[in-house]
Amino acid sequence: MSNELIKKSIAEDYKYGFETDIEQDTFPPGLDDDVIRAISEIKKEPEWLLNWRLKAYHHWLNMSEPTWANIKFNPIDYQSISYYSAPKKKSAGSLDEIDPEILETYTKLGIPLDEQKMMEGIAVDAVFDSVSVATTFKDTLKKAGVIFCPFSEAVTEHPELVKKYLGSVVPATDNYYAALNSAVFSDGSFVYIPKGVRCPMELSTYFRINAANTGQFERTLIIADDSSHVNYLEGCTAPMRDENQLHAAVVELVALDNAEIKYSTVQNWYPGDKNGIGGIYNFVTKRGACRGKKSKISWTQVETGSAITWKYPSCILQGDDSVGEFYSVALTNNFQQADTGTKMIHIGKNTRSIIISKGISAGKGQQTYRGEVKIMKSAENARNYSQCDSILIGDECGAHTFPYIDVRNPSAQMEHEATTSNIGEDQLFYCNQRGISTEDAVSLIVNGFCKDVFKELPMEFAVEAQKLMEVSLEGAVG
Amino acid sequence: MIKIENLYVSVEEKEILKGISLEVKPGELHVIMGRNGSGKSTLANVLAGKDKYKVTNGSIKFNGENLLDMLPENRARAGLFLSFQYPVAIPGVNNMYFLKAAVNAVRKSRGEEEIDAVDFLSMIREKLKMVDLDESFIHRPVNDGFSGGEKKRNEILQMITLEPKLSILDETDSGLDIDALKIVAKGVNDFRSPDRSFILITHYQRILNYMKPDFVHILMNGKIVKSGTMELAKEVEKKGYSWIEEEVAEAA
Ligand SMILES: Nc1ncnc2c1ncn2[C@@H]1O[C@H](COP(=O)(O)OP(=O)(O)OP(=O)(O)O)[C@@H](O)[C@H]1O
Ligand SMILES: [Mg+2]
Repeated sequence: MSNELIKKSIAEDYKYGFETDIEQDTFPPGLDDDVIRAISEIKKEPEWLLNWRLKAYHHWLNMSEPTWANIKFNPIDYQSISYYSAPKKKSAGSLDEIDPEILETYTKLGIPLDEQKMMEGIAVDAVFDSVSVATTFKDTLKKAGVIFCPFSEAVTEHPELVKKYLGSVVPATDNYYAALNSAVFSDGSFVYIPKGVRCPMELSTYFRINAANTGQFERTLIIADDSSHVNYLEGCTAPMRDENQLHAAVVELVALDNAEIKYSTVQNWYPGDKNGIGGIYNFVTKRGACRGKKSKISWTQVETGSAITWKYPSCILQGDDSVGEFYSVALTNNFQQADTGTKMIHIGKNTRSIIISKGISAGKGQQTYRGEVKIMKSAENARNYSQCDSILIGDECGAHTFPYIDVRNPSAQMEHEATTSNIGEDQLFYCNQRGISTEDAVSLIVNGFCKDVFKELPMEFAVEAQKLMEVSLEGAVG
Repeated sequence: MIKIENLYVSVEEKEILKGISLEVKPGELHVIMGRNGSGKSTLANVLAGKDKYKVTNGSIKFNGENLLDMLPENRARAGLFLSFQYPVAIPGVNNMYFLKAAVNAVRKSRGEEEIDAVDFLSMIREKLKMVDLDESFIHRPVNDGFSGGEKKRNEILQMITLEPKLSILDETDSGLDIDALKIVAKGVNDFRSPDRSFILITHYQRILNYMKPDFVHILMNGKIVKSGTMELAKEVEKKGYSWIEEEVAEAA
């Protein structure tokens, strides 16, 4: 394989790297009790939430960054980060109050927010740095009884739900980044689907980092009450910058009896340039609790962005007959690093889980799959199927697989398959010989490789994901 | 169609082809025979443009164009097809999807419109019958888990779908049972026309019972040392290669 094209930067092709020029209120860098009080005050939070934040903060102060992940980065100076940034112009509710620059930003990102151009069938919550700037289709959803609003709005409008479920899946002290998030979280989405309701449209949150030197700490909480159903999509992008930016989100999902939550992510944070300068540190805790009988939570993720990804969307299968699924495609090119995977904790009887993980490494990318399947004593007749495949493009990248299996009930049925392969010169030559160019051949092979995951994505996302793979791999082989 | 002149090729500093000249005119079928390791597949791969092989001397004209200046995909689009001796598997990539991508790549290069899925399916069904492959084959990953004979038939399927001008068949007859051999031979025969040419690399004269070659060449040590007709193939089948070796030694 000639190396000439390998050098082509993928950053050139990062379409979302622009910056929006607006006035923002940004806290000076630094973190202490007062900063947390200030965040809480801006959001007019009740006392209990402020105390919850402070408790998390004090716990965090005594924790240290996890070191077990297979990732390398310079220490983060948490005092040099700003913990809150929001557009100056207030934008509560009505769209004409939003800064036109922000509307323009979302239009450019392909997420039009104004009434005429909104995407059919998808309600969007647009989060810009630390705040939610708009939520579409609010009325349609309201009629169905669905609550879909910025997290900070939920705190004031639906305090009983927030109080009941916040931190119930990912405790404030769960891990270093989750504790930090619990202390300083800014905005995110809140979803409640009432009993027996099939959410009439897909819900989506689009996260955009804009301000420099700020961290983004969103919090998402989705509750699907008995026999309800929801499809949720998450997208994200950020400007190209030379310095690394921290994104430490927490997502909690709760599915009650017979409820189903399907959560899909296309993660496209700025990955840094071809020399590994800049990019987002994506240190995220995502966890779902299948609390009810026959409940189901399904995570699908396509991870192509970020300089570093540290992320393990997991399922706690408490309810009998509950189902957890994890479908993942992670791509690392240039100097990107990803340590990602899932945890499936089987507690209830007849619980089932599926893990399909597809890793693609190109350039000098390093990738680790880390998955844990735990079958507790109570989990009679639990079943797990895991399949972890890696594909390497070129010889400077790496793929590593760490499956942890812990079975405490002998009735468990476990199946695990893993493969690692190269996109070989012979395969590319074979394609070339049939008239297919090398770039097309790579995307043909990669898309074939990812097929089992892409088919889990909603249509619009699947198309976008395929395109994204092509862009992200451009120049990966010559 | 193709004119190879004084071609020298090396792989990793080792010289494998040592001055090959060969001209194939439109409509002709040339057979190349030779011992294992004599350089037959090397020649086929060089024609197709595999970059590991270094051409140190000589030239190749393909329909007037300088073949060696063309990228492999452009050679394919210009109508050069290689049926591989060992077709590689591409797990995860649907055979039909692959073939359609290939057909469309060729069409696009000619400024033609892409074929749509429905038209493609009905076309491919016709072609499948010609090589006696079940429809299930086009829904499987390319060559993945195909038996040896199935792979070869799949190569012929690709050939008759892509409709190249020059087809190079590298031991497409090896490892085939007698019925499969007839199918492959019929596939090639039906496909022959005054403006299509073939280079058939083989070890066995038996396939020549089903198709009539215009010339038979013997490749030895990187050179074509003897050319003849059908009779030469029969002689080789009977007596092996040493008598030719002796002839060459005497002449030298
Ligand atoms: N990539 C390579 N690296 C090193 N040596 C090679 C390579 N390709 C071919 N050769 C060598 O070149 C010589 C010719 O090989 P080639 O495959 O062309 O033979 P062939 O005539 O097709 O043989 P067969 O009848 O066994 O298919 C052999 O000695 C082989 O080992
Ligand atoms: Mg050979």
